[in-house]
Amino acid sequence: MKKFIGFVKKEFYHIFRDKRSLFILFGMPVAQILLFGFAISNEINNVDIAILDKADDKNSKEIIVNLKASKYFNVLDYLQSEKEIETAFQKGKVKAVVTFDQDFARNLQRPKTSKLQIITDATNPNVANTITNYINSIVVKYQMVNLQQDPPPQLVQSESRMFFNPALESVYMFVPGVMTVILMLVSAMMTSISITREKEVGTMEILLVSPLKPSTVIAGKVVPYIFLSLINAIVIVLLSVFVFQMPIMGSLFWLSIESLLFIVTSLSLGILISTLSSTQQTAMMISLMGLMLPTILLSGFIFPIESMPYPLQLISHIIPAKWFIIIIKSIMLKGVGFSFFWKETLILVVMTIFLLGLSIKKYKIRLA
Amino acid sequence: METTIKATNLTKSFGDFTAVDKLNFEVEKGEIFGFLGANGAGKTTAMKMLIGISKPTAGDAMVANYKVSTQADLVKKNIGYMSQKFALYDDLNIKENIQFFGGIYGLNAKTLQQKYQQVVENLGLENYVKQLVKNLPLGLKQKLAFSVALLHQPKVVFLDEPTGGVDPITRRQFWELIYEAADRGTTIFVTTHYMDEAEYCDRISMMVDGKIKALDTPKALKKEFGAETLNEVFLNLAR
Ligand SMILES: Nc1ncnc2c1ncn2[C@@H]1O[C@H](COP(=O)(O)OP(=O)(O)O)[C@@H](O)[C@H]1O
Ligand SMILES: [Mg+2]
Repeated sequence: MKKFIGFVKKEFYHIFRDKRSLFILFGMPVAQILLFGFAISNEINNVDIAILDKADDKNSKEIIVNLKASKYFNVLDYLQSEKEIETAFQKGKVKAVVTFDQDFARNLQRPKTSKLQIITDATNPNVANTITNYINSIVVKYQMVNLQQDPPPQLVQSESRMFFNPALESVYMFVPGVMTVILMLVSAMMTSISITREKEVGTMEILLVSPLKPSTVIAGKVVPYIFLSLINAIVIVLLSVFVFQMPIMGSLFWLSIESLLFIVTSLSLGILISTLSSTQQTAMMISLMGLMLPTILLSGFIFPIESMPYPLQLISHIIPAKWFIIIIKSIMLKGVGFSFFWKETLILVVMTIFLLGLSIKKYKIRLA
Repeated sequence: METTIKATNLTKSFGDFTAVDKLNFEVEKGEIFGFLGANGAGKTTAMKMLIGISKPTAGDAMVANYKVSTQADLVKKNIGYMSQKFALYDDLNIKENIQFFGGIYGLNAKTLQQKYQQVVENLGLENYVKQLVKNLPLGLKQKLAFSVALLHQPKVVFLDEPTGGVDPITRRQFWELIYEAADRGTTIFVTTHYMDEAEYCDRISMMVDGKIKALDTPKALKKEFGAETLNEVFLNLAR
């Protein structure tokens, strides 16, 4: 055990003295989250909305004209009744429904009553907020210009409803994606490079000649990266929650368990790559081409799997990242329980056991 | 005399190619045994079988009284190894390297501190203690690597071309360290292709294409082949 601690300590020296490692470990996750976050949360032009106009009077019509004229909104649909609201969301395009009450014209004259209702998709509270604010300002402007009223404080009542809507991608979709890529990068690429480095410079031989067990050597190389990956996952979640107001809908417990599982999957891939390559360069190339590229392109992170050509859809099944993204998407964004993602978890567990077994076997063969 | 290394028909093939062909030899305790041969003769391959990181295709070896094939763990505890590639951690300083490598052999903190002070004093490293090992001159790195291989006081130490790439004077200094260790009873198994170094050994074996072609003291070999230098002996054999 003391030997093991000494080993881990040495591993941390390597990591903290290498600028490249430090950048990948701490610069990348923060940069990626901020980049994606700001790029996406500013993107609220041309939001598709639907309108349920129960008032159907002069005022409501004029406000609708103003909404349509603004560059922020695009009126996609006119609904006839409350019942159609849910289907409008489920069709997937609409991000908000604006409802005018029957007595809208009369309410407009009275302070302190709500004039109109905005129903938004609760999976995007950030966007929902912005939409509400924009609509609010359009209505206020209309009142001031057309009715010569002073703006009363509370005009629009907004309501967020949770619509379970698989087609509508959340703006927070990038968080599970970034998290997956970063965990893969740290766990698989960094460990494979760090193990091959010992082979390349010759220290691996010294370690194998020493009384250390090969399993201790591998564990010693891997444990620091488990630790750092977990820290990374936490940083990503904290940034998403506190900088971009992403709600974590589901259980933090399951989020940690599943992340740990995926870290182990990635680590076994990293060990496997290190048995296949004898130089750091090779390890890096295999990791980038064989892991990062498929993870980014085929996991559903950037391109939706449903719209891929069929052969690629088949390939995507063997990419662990795809299953992990489904799982943490369910936990973070949908807030559903384990019964909704146990199948994906099982697939990931089976993959991990297979990869771990394979990498241990390969590692032993290499020693012979 | 006590036998410390014994190879019996030790053989390694890579596919059809036999890199090491039926080696038989014995090395005695406290002896400096030189393992000579041109590049590609099979020196490293033979050594890797002796230290248990490569499985022989045939034959076996005893090292420090333990059988490599069945008692690898005990062999490992009793040997030190300095590989052909200079192998300390470049991004660690001298103390950290000593703590790490001594630590994996189970030395405690107090012993490690003592060893560290000894090594720094012995090798005159006072000016380098704050530096990372990558900033040391090659000659010093090699001496340090040798001292690190001896930290746990192994019975046998295996050195694979320990002085590659340095000038004869630095090589000479390195050999002083080897003599000191041998005087304390450590058996030295050293490969080299420098003939001047071969002269420093108690006995040498000359390897050509995986086979041992000659094995004796430098003096006896020169006499046997009627040669002035070991280089002549070697050229004779390689033909
Ligand atoms: N893993 C291997 N696979 C195939 N051939 C090898 C391997 N290791 C060494 N060899 C070959 O065995 C021969 C002896 O190599 P080596 O023991 O490194 O020689 P030396 O140390 O004497 O220079 C060389 O021809 C080398 O190419
Ligand atoms: Mg060699």
